Amino acid sequence: MTNETFILIPGRTSDQGCGISEGKYAQRYSQAISTVQMNADDMKRLGLEEGCAVRIRSEFGSVVLPVVAVKGDELPCGLLFMAYGEYSSRLMGGETHGSGMPTSKGMDVTIESADPSEIDTGRIS
Amino acid sequence: MSRSTDAEATRGGLKIVEDATCTFCGCVCDDIELHVQDDHIVKAKKACVLGTSWFLNHEVEDVPSCRIEGRPASVEEGIERAAKILYEARYPLIYGLSDTTCESQRVAVSIADWIGANLDTTTSVCHGPSGMAFQGVGEVTCSLGEVRNRADLIIFWGSNPAESHPRHFTRYSLMPKGMFVPGGRKDRTCVVIDVRKTKSARAADVFIPIRPRKDFEALWTLRALAAEIEVDLEQVERETGQPLVVWQDLMDRMKAARFGVIFFGMGLTMTRGKHANSEALLALTRDMNRHTRFVCKPNRGHGNVTGADNVVSWRTGFPFGVNLGRGYPRFNPGEYTASDVLANREADAAMIIASDPMANFSQPAREHLKSIPYVALDPKETPTTRAATVAFTVATYGINVAGTAYRMDDVPIPLRPAFDSPHPSDYEILRGIERRVQKWYAAEVRSGRWEV
Repeated sequence: MTNETFILIPGRTSDQGCGISEGKYAQRYSQAISTVQMNADDMKRLGLEEGCAVRIRSEFGSVVLPVVAVKGDELPCGLLFMAYGEYSSRLMGGETHGSGMPTSKGMDVTIESADPSEIDTGRIS
Repeated sequence: MSRSTDAEATRGGLKIVEDATCTFCGCVCDDIELHVQDDHIVKAKKACVLGTSWFLNHEVEDVPSCRIEGRPASVEEGIERAAKILYEARYPLIYGLSDTTCESQRVAVSIADWIGANLDTTTSVCHGPSGMAFQGVGEVTCSLGEVRNRADLIIFWGSNPAESHPRHFTRYSLMPKGMFVPGGRKDRTCVVIDVRKTKSARAADVFIPIRPRKDFEALWTLRALAAEIEVDLEQVERETGQPLVVWQDLMDRMKAARFGVIFFGMGLTMTRGKHANSEALLALTRDMNRHTRFVCKPNRGHGNVTGADNVVSWRTGFPFGVNLGRGYPRFNPGEYTASDVLANREADAAMIIASDPMANFSQPAREHLKSIPYVALDPKETPTTRAATVAFTVATYGINVAGTAYRMDDVPIPLRPAFDSPHPSDYEILRGIERRVQKWYAAEVRSGRWEV
């Protein structure tokens, strides 16, 4: 699979929110923030299986995470979703364009297949 | 701050705390019944999934109240070291504040004032752009009680309360039977506008998916329709991803509403356009009042982030991103906001209160924070407390600590704690630091180094 361009939307999820209260080093939070979601049609088109490792690269950094298909029509083709957290932050730049807010949603990223051994899961600093 | 006991009782060996306040999200629900056994909450009646997790997972942690460079230390030693780090810095940053009481926030602002610090809150990476837009456009707004009793058209734009504020629908916006909407959900129309079909979209009567990063264009299309200005059909569809007829239908519903409200989220503020997106939404809301009653409200995330805006505004005149280095407050998002102060490698020391920038900030900002001495206060271990020079484990506000938190609609609500913690509160740590920097400042004034 060659580099494919997507728009990444990090956001809140129930699991991520509950995980914060359980603790940032507990399993629930780590799992919630370390999976990227994709439309099932995109996964099929790219030949990706559930749980495959993909490298997500932005202008500012990259992470390797497992990809899962979203249920139904929750996410249109061309978009990726992941819960806010350390991994989504690694893809953000420091520039805030005079607003104080880095662009944290709607980020241009590319994805490519990666080796499962490279998955960043569980390596929260 | 004394603990409130008038709402406490004992039932079956359990302490019952009635009307406890959940401070996890900006809904700040104050109708929770807590069942407490020893130092542990075993049940949180009426709490949502997030609130239940919040209450049941904040028990007393058997960890030191203070660590200096990773080693256990006394709280007194920690306060002394923390005060020294901040007082000796040339450009200290004080950041966070959205998950602590207003009383603690007030002391943090005082410390910033004494040491000439840069002061910022998590608002800057949440609704900071909306804060800028409020200053430019103003906010036609109301309390959540008015929404509950009056709103017959409820729009969520770039906001997913089904996951971020689970009781929003049932307690404030969609479901309640209100004074002027006696049929509850039947009397209300719900519209969700988002780039993806969220769980909230499934609760809506109308879902309008829009192209990512095109909120500004969609909002200005609606402004044009409100003013009955002709727009280019093809351009509207190309830019927003929806044909004009969809926007015209929405505008017709907005004009026909008796009381409309737009709740907006970080889908607007974190994406390209940021404050310009919020400005467009605030201006649209203002425009709609030529036709009917219309209001808007940002859906705020952290439990007391609205309190942080209020307290910092009382004390400095500005809500976030304030620099006190010249002895008077200056406000400049993009310069004095924490993301910038860190990513630009300007701060030479920091105090992080109840937030986790080591997990949530950009890589350059995190790298710089890691390279400078800093103090962290948090009830839980986080990436930020792990890398701190001085880390305090503090009691949890609303569970162990009394005080005040502001709901997202700027309504102050008292906190009724459930049990005591052996750890100090944010307030106690911050007052200890303030006393020391005050003392050192007074000594320098007496010695003639500073003029007052």
